Amino acid sequence: MTDLAQASADRKPRRKASADPTSRNKARPRTPAEWILMILAVVGALVIIFPVLLLLMNAFKSPADYANSSPLDFPESLDFTGIQTFWEEQNFPRALWNSIFISTLVAVFAVILSVLNSFAIGIGRVKGRTWIVLLFLMANLVPQEMLFDPLFQLYDDLGLLSNPWSVIITFTVIQAAFGTYLLSSLLGTFPKEILEAAAMDGATRWRSLRSVIVPIIKPTLSVLMVFFFIWTWNEFLLPLAFLNSPDSLTVPLVLEQLNGERQTDTTTLVAGTLISIIPTIIFFLIFQRTLTRGITAGAVK
Amino acid sequence: MTTTPTRRRSTSPADAARIPQRGGHKWGYWLYFIPGLLLMAAIIFYPIVRNVRLSFFHWRGGRAEEQFAGLDNWTALFQDHEFLQSFQNIFLVIIAMVIVPTLLGLVIAALLFDVVGRRFGGKLSSFLRATYYIPQILPIAVAGVLFGWLLKPNSDGVVNQFLSAITGDDVTINWLGGSYGTAMASVMVLMIWIQIGYPIVIFMAALQRVDPELYEASELDGANWFERFRAITLPMIRPEVFVVSLTTTIAALKVFAPVFILTQGGPNKSTYVPSFYAYNEFINGQDKGYAATIATAVTVVVFIVAVIFIRVQNRAERKDA
Repeated sequence: MTDLAQASADRKPRRKASADPTSRNKARPRTPAEWILMILAVVGALVIIFPVLLLLMNAFKSPADYANSSPLDFPESLDFTGIQTFWEEQNFPRALWNSIFISTLVAVFAVILSVLNSFAIGIGRVKGRTWIVLLFLMANLVPQEMLFDPLFQLYDDLGLLSNPWSVIITFTVIQAAFGTYLLSSLLGTFPKEILEAAAMDGATRWRSLRSVIVPIIKPTLSVLMVFFFIWTWNEFLLPLAFLNSPDSLTVPLVLEQLNGERQTDTTTLVAGTLISIIPTIIFFLIFQRTLTRGITAGAVK
Repeated sequence: MTTTPTRRRSTSPADAARIPQRGGHKWGYWLYFIPGLLLMAAIIFYPIVRNVRLSFFHWRGGRAEEQFAGLDNWTALFQDHEFLQSFQNIFLVIIAMVIVPTLLGLVIAALLFDVVGRRFGGKLSSFLRATYYIPQILPIAVAGVLFGWLLKPNSDGVVNQFLSAITGDDVTINWLGGSYGTAMASVMVLMIWIQIGYPIVIFMAALQRVDPELYEASELDGANWFERFRAITLPMIRPEVFVVSLTTTIAALKVFAPVFILTQGGPNKSTYVPSFYAYNEFINGQDKGYAATIATAVTVVVFIVAVIFIRVQNRAERKDA
């Protein structure tokens, strides 16, 4: 059972251990077969990235240039009409803000909720905790089309449709399911001595949680937060159902809407797709380490 | 890495709270569940109960009266051509989201780790790994729009122009709207493209866990790469293979956005998947009771698959211990 905290602790020694054989292997010259395999791996990566490159090559073409050239040609000159049209007509800044607002709040709330749940499960060891974890996991398993109609009516009654809070509340619960699952096993192995020392100093449970446990598991919590942010950012079905007014759309929804309009100019669509990808790419570059560490740690639970 | 649960079990008596009890009763911990359980009740359990109940009624929605339908919806479901078609498509989705990415992921991860990482340097292999992973972090809806642009019909489409350039003839395939075959294949390619990075990253991390001395020993014994891979690597990373297939199978059963964006279920409803069918019926259908039946059926299948996977995993763990 790997947990996030251990994964980060294990990282360094493991890397050192693997450094040895590498240097030994390098002494031997590379064989032609190895060159071929390496080139295959590079070609595979190129195939994967190719659609994104095509996007880059075509997003800066003027409509006339796009019509007269092949998508594989480079643009004649850099033209920002498509990007400008998308940015202004689709109110992209607003969508960007909506996505950031929703994803950030979900990340924060879902982590808080996960900590509370997993404190009772991992530290409190309440009765039937295995079942309780499974109960929470249902939020993660249940298909979203099962939730969409009842919640649509619920939010309609509450006046929360086209309001970011409908999405924030829903995804706080869904993401917290995974957080509860992961943190419960992490807190189940939390060093007992630390908890006893805190209790000796007269700390209440709440205080132990806030001033002792949370600071110690902070690295794990920040990894979780990064994941919740990106998962929420990418969500589609429920935001599509709950957010309908032009002002409430998120980034994927704006692009989907543009895609659905028949008269959309192709260069605008291509530019819009590129712009919609950029925030995620930036986020990926900033948090690449955290993400790879997190995915792998979450894998073997 | 797999030792933690045993340690946990052995150090502390079965059910003692981990903070010593002084003054506080153990049930005090239940207070911490209050926000979580209240939210779960409203956001998850209420919709489940409501839809399961609704699957036994006919209801046009809004202010219309509900009419008790007994098992009508359920019997109709199993004779519904569109529903059966949507479930058939799920098998193709599983091929595209589970089987192909897992197998390709194994090969590519081994290639990146064993050959590129060891012989050409860790920098190149992490760079390639990141490249393979990029589609995973894109919003699926955005990826869908991207593929929709590539696959435009007639001579507008990038893929068609590309094929025309290669073959010399004018290729004007209507990929997404022409026939079931090309539409479903397009959706599947998109899914593979999105999914491929996930197993690669996980398997590469798992490979780091394998003791290099095992490899060296097998090399001395004269085992070739493939024998080594089968005898050492595969058994060692079995837990990761398991987790990857579990999570992606569940994702496959719930798949929605690729179909919604690329084909809208067309041509002729042939590329329906259950979640898209349920969504569509809730919005455009005449009977929300029937839509609820579809959604309930998918939910039941997802839960069954999850339980089977967890059972199998527990059995495997017990065998290991």
